[in-house]
Amino acid sequence: MSKSWIDEALAQSELGHEGLAAEGRRQLPLAEPGDREQQVLDRIDRARRRRPKVREERVTMSHGAGGKATHTLIEAVFLDAFRNPLLEPLEDAAQLAVGGARIALTTDSYVVSPLFFPGGDIGDLAVNGTVNDLAVSGARPLYLSAGFILEEGFPVADLQRVTESMRAAAERAGVHVVTGDTKVVQKGKADGCYINTAGVGVVERDGTLGVAQAQPGDAIVVSGPIGDHGITIMLARGELDIEADICSDTAPLNGLVADLLDAVPGVRAMRDATRGGVATILNEIAKAADMGVLVSEDAIPVREEVRGASELLGIDPMYVACEGRLVAVVPGEDADRAVAALRAHPLGEQAAVIGHVRAEQPGIVQLKTAFGGTRIVDLLVGDPLPRIC
Amino acid sequence: MRFVDEFRDADKAHALAAKIAALCEPGRQYKLMEVCGGHTHTIYKHGLEDYLPESITLVHGPGCPVCVIPMGRVDDAIHLASQPDVIMTSFGDMMRVPGSGGSFFDANAEGTHIRMVYSPLDSLKIARQNPDKQVVFMAIGFETTAPSTAMTMIRAKAEGIENFSVFCNHVTIVPAIKAILDSPDLRLDGFIGPGHVSTVIGCRPYEFIAKQYGKPVVVAGFEPLDILQSIYMLMLQLSQGRSEVENQYARVVPWNGNLVALKAIGETMELRPYFEWRGLGFISHSALKVHEKYAAMDAELLFQVPGVRVADPKACQCGEVLKGVLKPWECKVFGTACTPETPIGTCMVSPEGACAAYYNFGRMNRNRVAEAGVAGS
Repeated sequence: MSKSWIDEALAQSELGHEGLAAEGRRQLPLAEPGDREQQVLDRIDRARRRRPKVREERVTMSHGAGGKATHTLIEAVFLDAFRNPLLEPLEDAAQLAVGGARIALTTDSYVVSPLFFPGGDIGDLAVNGTVNDLAVSGARPLYLSAGFILEEGFPVADLQRVTESMRAAAERAGVHVVTGDTKVVQKGKADGCYINTAGVGVVERDGTLGVAQAQPGDAIVVSGPIGDHGITIMLARGELDIEADICSDTAPLNGLVADLLDAVPGVRAMRDATRGGVATILNEIAKAADMGVLVSEDAIPVREEVRGASELLGIDPMYVACEGRLVAVVPGEDADRAVAALRAHPLGEQAAVIGHVRAEQPGIVQLKTAFGGTRIVDLLVGDPLPRIC
Repeated sequence: MRFVDEFRDADKAHALAAKIAALCEPGRQYKLMEVCGGHTHTIYKHGLEDYLPESITLVHGPGCPVCVIPMGRVDDAIHLASQPDVIMTSFGDMMRVPGSGGSFFDANAEGTHIRMVYSPLDSLKIARQNPDKQVVFMAIGFETTAPSTAMTMIRAKAEGIENFSVFCNHVTIVPAIKAILDSPDLRLDGFIGPGHVSTVIGCRPYEFIAKQYGKPVVVAGFEPLDILQSIYMLMLQLSQGRSEVENQYARVVPWNGNLVALKAIGETMELRPYFEWRGLGFISHSALKVHEKYAAMDAELLFQVPGVRVADPKACQCGEVLKGVLKPWECKVFGTACTPETPIGTCMVSPEGACAAYYNFGRMNRNRVAEAGVAGS
């Protein structure tokens, strides 16, 4: 990488100054300090709405973390290459009309390390993750494919353990693995075992689900405590010397989703909170609907153990991955019914309304902190990095 | 959660806020600097400014360990990491800090082995596991993290680990505060003193601020009520015309510091004659290098380090932000060319950097928020 990225970034920002660039940089007109700050904020808002551009010459770990860098990569590389109306909404699953039926199709790859962790393993994730992507898009999951990339030397016993988990998870979710693929790569070219699953489901209900449907006054509901999976994995890696009694929340959500849709047919959107956590979904809602989102820290369910570990590491549970939690946007008047329906299901016992959608501050997620202040909840660039001190 | 929720009680915050507001003289403006980046992070993360009257401005200081590392040192580190058979270890915050040719993450994408560790002791573990590699720890931070580097070096020596070395970038807080006090373009009324640094150096080193410069200092903890209480203590001093060093964080900070930690630093490190701080320039006796007695663990001696000084991009105003002369949003490139995705300046990288804190947490117009709050209630 050369120095030019700085120049390029500066040139980009000139575009954001609109009209000022031609006359060179000018001082912002003198105004009340509040107004000047607002002008800067407006300029940033314009800059954020510009088409994203990948500045890095190589893929870095940040591109896989589910935050801003991932979004940029998806929009600037993949969406650019494959653009079509079915892909464009960038929902968890694409909805297709095939011979009169509405079908949902999705795919996901699993590269978790360690492969086995408290509460599950890569096999559970590979089934549940794809089932959940179908379920939250309003489909009834039916069939999965499973592709395995195995590293030379990987114990067959471990592979059997993984496939047994997949079998059990598929049974629990009521889906079948109906096709598959196996590849083996040389030792060192992979980390034991990677799995890709794709899934199809059938959409039987009317109406369109999508985060762009969010309206002012809608309530935002989560189905249970957040961050369990991400913290479990961080601790299971054993690099932190922290022990806590937590398990991954990996679970199939199709039953829970069906109960929710039965109780509240007017649900506007659902997402399962995986990489990037609940904070990322809230930002997706705000961006897609061009609405503001206001959530209350007090209302967000987080287990004590997860909060404790997050405090120690200096990371925010709102950005930590879940594997068995959904975030739903429901009309305000249906909020209580939605929570009641979720709580009646074993996977939704701690469901709660965490905030609402509003017209003010479009595109921005605001948090009322437990301390009584307000702040923004933005997308992270990459993985949350532990702080130094 | 015990020992956390007690310090985030909104009722207590409201009570303290009222007491702070009552101490403001009508028509007077107050500028208080929180020296430490950890405080900046807390202030934004909890939305603490919502509790302060308009006449009190919090100025964010230079105490963000990642933010003060000049570009040239990042380049040096990447140069070290790209030597054959070197594994570099670094704290997570440092991974995204841009050098002139990219960050540690970018360097890893090009083939270096820079691993994130949570403690310098983890570097020793890596050294033991990889006897055929040189493990270089990228040591950064104020007196807060220097003792852990020191203890690691002492242990490495005791265990006879020969493939471990330190690229030392530890800095000391007092010369930086002095540089800010001597800076002509800034008028401050008082300091929220750094908490974790003071657990090591104690409160005594700040006495010159109170005695020679006549500014009150309150060493503060990191929970939002700690900071609010410190602001109250500063306002009380100002209203009574006092300037003293007070310790709000006495539950952790001993007045005389931690002698064991100080001894460990003294054993393994010595003052550099001068060191470059990002944005603040060269400050004499402001940083530590590996002590002669530990020369075998000094990466700067073991390897050729280019040591080229790299000027900051012209548009970058990190210096002014670090000194508190500019608010983050007043920097010319803030939020447009310089964002957390593509930071030009270090202040945009670490969650403790003033710009990153403002961009990620505070990017909203407080007046409008206040108006909306009134309208909504």
